Amino acid sequence: MKIFVPRDAAARAVGADKVAAAIAEEAEKAGLDVTIVRNGSRGLLWLEPMVEVETPAGRIAFGPVKRADVAGLVAAKFAADHPLCAGRPEDIPFLKRQTRITFARCGVIDPLSLDDYRRHGGGRGLERAQSLGAAATVEEVTRSGLRGRGGAGFPTGIKWKTVADTRADRKYIVCNADEGDSGTFADRMIMEGDPFLLIEGMAIAGFAVGASKGYIYIRSEYPDAIRTMERAILLWPIDGFDLEVRVGAGAYVCGEETSLLESIEGRRGQVRAKPPLPAHKGLFGKPTVINNVLSLTSVPAILADGAKHYADLGMGRSRGTMPIQLAGNIKHGGLFEAPFGLTLGELVEEIGGGTASGRPVRAVQVGGPLGAYFPKALFDTPFDYEAFAARDGLIGHAGVVVFDDTVDMLHQARFALEFCAIESCGKCTPCRIGSTRGVETIDKIRRGEKVEANLALIEDLCNTMKFGSLCALGGFTPYPVSSALKHFPEDFRRPLPKAAE
Amino acid sequence: MPAAWNEARAQEIVRRHEGRLGALLPILHELQAEFGCVPPNATRLVAEALNLSRAEVHGVVSFYHDFREQPAGRHVLKLCRAEACQSMAGETFAEKVLKHFGLDWHETTPDGRLTIEPVYCLGLCATAPSAMLDGEVMGRLDGESLDDIAQAVGR
Repeated sequence: MKIFVPRDAAARAVGADKVAAAIAEEAEKAGLDVTIVRNGSRGLLWLEPMVEVETPAGRIAFGPVKRADVAGLVAAKFAADHPLCAGRPEDIPFLKRQTRITFARCGVIDPLSLDDYRRHGGGRGLERAQSLGAAATVEEVTRSGLRGRGGAGFPTGIKWKTVADTRADRKYIVCNADEGDSGTFADRMIMEGDPFLLIEGMAIAGFAVGASKGYIYIRSEYPDAIRTMERAILLWPIDGFDLEVRVGAGAYVCGEETSLLESIEGRRGQVRAKPPLPAHKGLFGKPTVINNVLSLTSVPAILADGAKHYADLGMGRSRGTMPIQLAGNIKHGGLFEAPFGLTLGELVEEIGGGTASGRPVRAVQVGGPLGAYFPKALFDTPFDYEAFAARDGLIGHAGVVVFDDTVDMLHQARFALEFCAIESCGKCTPCRIGSTRGVETIDKIRRGEKVEANLALIEDLCNTMKFGSLCALGGFTPYPVSSALKHFPEDFRRPLPKAAE
Repeated sequence: MPAAWNEARAQEIVRRHEGRLGALLPILHELQAEFGCVPPNATRLVAEALNLSRAEVHGVVSFYHDFREQPAGRHVLKLCRAEACQSMAGETFAEKVLKHFGLDWHETTPDGRLTIEPVYCLGLCATAPSAMLDGEVMGRLDGESLDDIAQAVGR
């Protein structure tokens, strides 16, 4: 009997290792012959640890499985009438509604089996790129309409073309796997669940622009992803393309591309002024493609199945699919890959099932700590780069964090500024000083001191940070602050609670 | 248990990265894994090996949250304080944990048993609130988890 127990960090965080050990132990006691595969996660995170059993009718899922459930499950030989049985994973509505392109294999295969990877269609993208030639590969990525999945949404093909057209003795591919935004975990999931996909995406990029060396910069908070990628690189050496993992050291700002490059070079992660663009002068001063994990992992399918197949999905200028991450206080949290265009309300209420606490949804932060807080009144906003921008928000790396009605939005605005103060690289003044002055001013508002004057001051400060900062950390911190002020004004004008007796 | 400072061992670690481009962060990570921190002795040694000034090396060590100049407690608990965990009452959980051990953020118990630090996101945002104890991830934290943590650190 073949049994799948995820090795994904989120599954391990809720006991998957204990469940896997218990299955082995109980099966031995019962004389049941089992093979345990540690797969990635399917992304139905409320069901983790989700155990799957291979049957003649396909795989059957059980979840969430606790250590204490295992003896009963083994005794019942994982029969489909067990109360924890969730049926075929593909039939669970959360998965059934998705269009999985980037995450097609995640949770299905053994992440470190190259045979499994190839059997499930892996490697075809690189083969097609090699048969098309470098220039046509860049053209294919451009035609797919793929835009940078890290948040900025810059067209990937144009970035590649710039590097391809720049002459140099050496070029680099850098993968930004410094996924620091709260509410996001797609990079982590794909690196842990389908690491060869990232290798293939980077190899295609290297082939397309003429780079023979790639770096994957992974944050130190992701030890599982680091281990998995390092092992995968050894298992799949690519001719003429050398890959190396570099580990971050706990600085959020290193997710900004130029400070990431500084960090790989061995310096403080301070932002570089642009120009020059990294595409002209990037890592070690050489032309560099720096792309997010999700951009690079979208590329193999674009090459394998053609640009049109990908570009036919989506809305407006947002083409293809987006792996959306539903997180925070949400009933059905997890990874939801779908073409652009679903509304925020559909995502949170229909797909996510509302809050985990059962209380009403009050605010949703989209795009990480630098993203805006949206109230329910904006739930008709479609998931699309331009639609969110038109409402003073951003989709960023597509993390969606749900808050119920117990949230205090003044506290959230204060946190956004405090986080910016902790993580600022210190290079530019609006970010370094503005964030601290912002926290102090919010504290005055909390104490009821000159509330209206201080609110005006915060708005003014937000403008200064937005237009005067060198990078998105200082430049986008105003999004959560201004949106909290705009959509939840009542939280900033509360009478002071009486001092405790 | 991290090893006591040993100049020859540190030299060996630095030498392993000779000729590598951008070797500073990998060297610092490895030194910290070996000695539990990047002590001032190491700053001098690394600076000489990479032809940098001591100020440059110190600047890098002090920039990144991960690097320490003194060793942490025997156990390190990182509690996530970012938004997704906040939305699931992570702050209340963190206060309980801090109170249980009589610590504030970044502090170590007087017996050197435990250091508690904030972390801003472990990528476990749909199984919040989350934490990491000695490099092992924990999610859906509740009252029972506090007992587990207390048991693991022996207090």
